[in-house]
Amino acid sequence: MLSQHLAVLQVVVPLICAPLCALLPLAKPGNKLGNNLAWLLATLVSLTTFIIALLLTKEVSLHGVISYQLGGWAPPWGIEYRIDHLSVYVLLIVSAIASITMLAARKSVEQEIAHEKISLFYSAFLLCLTGLLGIVATGDAFNIFVFLEISSLSSYALIALGNNRKALTASYQYLIMGTIGATFILIGVGLLYMLTGTLNIVDLQARVPELLSSRTLHAAFAFFTVGISLKLALLPLHLWLPNAYAYAPSMITVFLSATATKVSLYVLFRFFFGLFSNEITFEEFQLDKILLPLSILAILIASSVAIFQDNIKRMLAYSSVAQIGYMTLGISLATKSGSIAGMLHLFNHALIKGGLFLAMACIVLRTGSVQLKNFAGLGKRMPWTMAAILLLGLSLIGVPSTAGFISKWYLLIAALEQNNWLAAAVIVGGSLLAIIYIWKIVEYAYLKSPIRQSDKYFNERIEAPLQMLIPLWLLVAANFYFGLKTSFSYGFAETAINNLFL
Amino acid sequence: MTELLQHFELAIVIPLLGSLLVLLFHNYPQLREATSLFVAVILFIFTAQFIGSENQDISYTLFTITPGLSLAFHIEPLGLMFALLASSLWIITTVYSIGYMRGNKENNQTRFYLFFALSIAATMGIAFAANLATLFIFYEALTLCTFPLVTHKQNADAQSGGRTYLGILLGTSIVFFLTAIVITWLQAGSLNFIPGGILQGNIEKTGAIILFTLFMFGIGKAALMPFHRWLPAAMVAPTPVSALLHAVAVVKAGVFSVLKVTVYIFGIDFVTTQNASTWILWIAIATMLISSVIALSKDNFKARLAYSTISQLSYIVIGAALASPLAALGGALHIVTHAFGKITLFFCAGAVYTATKFTQISQFDGLGRHMPFTFSAYLVATISIIGLPPLVGSWSKWFLVEGSINTENYLVLIAFGVSTLLNCAYLLPIALRAFFKAPGNEINDWAPGIKEAPLACVVPLCITALATLVMFFFIQPIYEFLAPVFIQ
Repeated sequence: MLSQHLAVLQVVVPLICAPLCALLPLAKPGNKLGNNLAWLLATLVSLTTFIIALLLTKEVSLHGVISYQLGGWAPPWGIEYRIDHLSVYVLLIVSAIASITMLAARKSVEQEIAHEKISLFYSAFLLCLTGLLGIVATGDAFNIFVFLEISSLSSYALIALGNNRKALTASYQYLIMGTIGATFILIGVGLLYMLTGTLNIVDLQARVPELLSSRTLHAAFAFFTVGISLKLALLPLHLWLPNAYAYAPSMITVFLSATATKVSLYVLFRFFFGLFSNEITFEEFQLDKILLPLSILAILIASSVAIFQDNIKRMLAYSSVAQIGYMTLGISLATKSGSIAGMLHLFNHALIKGGLFLAMACIVLRTGSVQLKNFAGLGKRMPWTMAAILLLGLSLIGVPSTAGFISKWYLLIAALEQNNWLAAAVIVGGSLLAIIYIWKIVEYAYLKSPIRQSDKYFNERIEAPLQMLIPLWLLVAANFYFGLKTSFSYGFAETAINNLFL
Repeated sequence: MTELLQHFELAIVIPLLGSLLVLLFHNYPQLREATSLFVAVILFIFTAQFIGSENQDISYTLFTITPGLSLAFHIEPLGLMFALLASSLWIITTVYSIGYMRGNKENNQTRFYLFFALSIAATMGIAFAANLATLFIFYEALTLCTFPLVTHKQNADAQSGGRTYLGILLGTSIVFFLTAIVITWLQAGSLNFIPGGILQGNIEKTGAIILFTLFMFGIGKAALMPFHRWLPAAMVAPTPVSALLHAVAVVKAGVFSVLKVTVYIFGIDFVTTQNASTWILWIAIATMLISSVIALSKDNFKARLAYSTISQLSYIVIGAALASPLAALGGALHIVTHAFGKITLFFCAGAVYTATKFTQISQFDGLGRHMPFTFSAYLVATISIIGLPPLVGSWSKWFLVEGSINTENYLVLIAFGVSTLLNCAYLLPIALRAFFKAPGNEINDWAPGIKEAPLACVVPLCITALATLVMFFFIQPIYEFLAPVFIQ
């Protein structure tokens, strides 16, 4: 009975539990028991969404697309939740990262967030999760906007909770730019609704080809492009991202870096290839012509800027902008294999960056700062955390047998199939820049001795707690698993794109 | 048991297990070193039992990562030769390491033996790789496993040396090697090493030239100029590392990959018909001569040896690029002969350092009288590298020269001649200085305190020097072992 409703439960479970989280420490805001219960609930909910995503994956791979009619209203009149290969792929990533984040979160959150706000923190986290899962699950264009706002508003609040005062301006910056982006998407949806009278994506796709001569349609496409690029942090619309990631609470950076931009990329896939189609997007609107140069610039500029960052969270944030460039570069090749490679990198990059930011959370927990000079000697002081950073860094560079390598491999194949030597050169060149910024950390951690601080225990081992190390190493293991076995990560991306493309 | 022994990919597992044991015994130095030695012997015996089955076309696919990327291993003469070379010299180097690391009271010895074993595991992976993807995986692994050895001292020098090392090796492999592999996959639809090559008929002339060039520069471990600087930079490592890894395992993994690509991906005939190697031939010749001249100018002993290695590696690349079976065979032989010669020279450098802390050649005046064994071995190995009989180095040069005459590349012939003279000019004076010059002030201050380095250092270098002599007379079996690869 319950299994028929999996599609909606995926979204409803975290939605209902979010206010519960806020209510848990009812007697006295900030009491420890209440906070721990809130954490427990958020963790259980995240794990539940992961299990639901797994069940949905099984369902989709066995029986194909799942269509769920909300309130029993048949589409296109009612809202339809539509789960296909593309959706489950992203649902899995989002819910898995949410689970990992929550499993590791307790101590880091206790340290970074004011005690009376902890339950609110978990509640906002669950709302954010609801929004991200909702965007992916729904098959309704307006509904996507609604969920986008739910996830965005809660992430503004979460980022503002960071204990550095700069978190407030970072959040404000994100608020302004994110709202502009969301508004642009809303305008796009509105224009389409005006033209067609429908909001259902499948229905829209059938109607769009007849309207190609309409200028309104062109305007809608343009609004979508800008709006999504803003949410995606595609250069030059990435300005909100580095500060937001650098100053957000550690665990929020872990979660958002591995999910928020990925879900925005999902929206790109869904709108440009699902709502419009690849033929219209590339041949009529020539998206590739603008996406390719921007992606190349994103990879080169953001990677170069990353090299000069002393705050490692900021460095990794710029690296994220570059990696988003890799994903859009794949898409801009305008071929199936390019989009598959972009999709695959979406998956692999979530594993890499989630892991790296989680390691940063460990370091913040133990040393209080992620400034580069603070890494001196950490190879001895936090051996497991640093080893994880090293291995994840290798994956980011794209050393064979890691997930990052698989992405690079398919991106290179896609680029060289088109004889696009420039793109190929940028893909490998970006790896070189990644070597430089990753190795800066490695050199500090392994080849420099710790700076003598006032406390005399500066040489002591300060390894992160197991509660954080185990999730961290789960991600490291995932990086190698998906670097050596691609039947799921590549196979699913392939089916998803094959179903999506005409 | 016998079935287990047929799984030649265990050659990778044995040193891996060894590294675990080293880690386990990190509090018991005696046991740790004994384990290292034991594992080295086991590995050699294990690889040696495959002699005789190298032409049986045994291959084994471990698993497929994704179409085109599969982890597969096979046995063929070239790979088995490389595995035997690395594993046999690993035994000798382990003995030497024990003497050197203890003699110099180096720190972090467990880490040293650990990564040494890991590097050997990666080398075995390269030797038995059945396709380019597997080769590439272990090639990168070797770079990463040797990095902690290069930066062993963890000071500013080590840091900057390590940077150059990693930057050039990872950089060239990702930018050129990976691109070349992807192009091969797209053009030929396969990455397997197949006798006669897989590219014939799949790629046009310009493409072949570009691809060959990408491969040769991509395999940065072969140290073609201008991507050679990692090798002198790697000399900050302790000497046993320079000896085994930067005279044998790592650099030979580079030229071994060059030969594999030439023979099994392009096919010698295809390289000849497409003239794919002309550019690389000139670059290799230039590298050979320029690095010899640079070697002349180096006063630091290990730096001179490093530039000498760069020059000798180019002999092997020239052998591949001449695209004649005989020259390629000469290149393959040179992997073996140069390995024994150069490891001896590095052992000598380490022995001198352990005994006296001298690193500059100008300090060596008269040292030969205090360290007769070391410098006699040095002289023997030098003559082998120059290529004079009755030492084994003469054979590989013989085939290389014959190959260049067969292909009527007389300029190459002249270049070999000039290079040999340069070899004499930068290697021989060191021995002459040590034996015939009057001792300098530094030695007089020390004497009679200077003695030979510990036995564990001196015995290995005598063994390898003797080997260059003995192998001269037993070249026939090695020739017959390798010939099927090149001469059909």
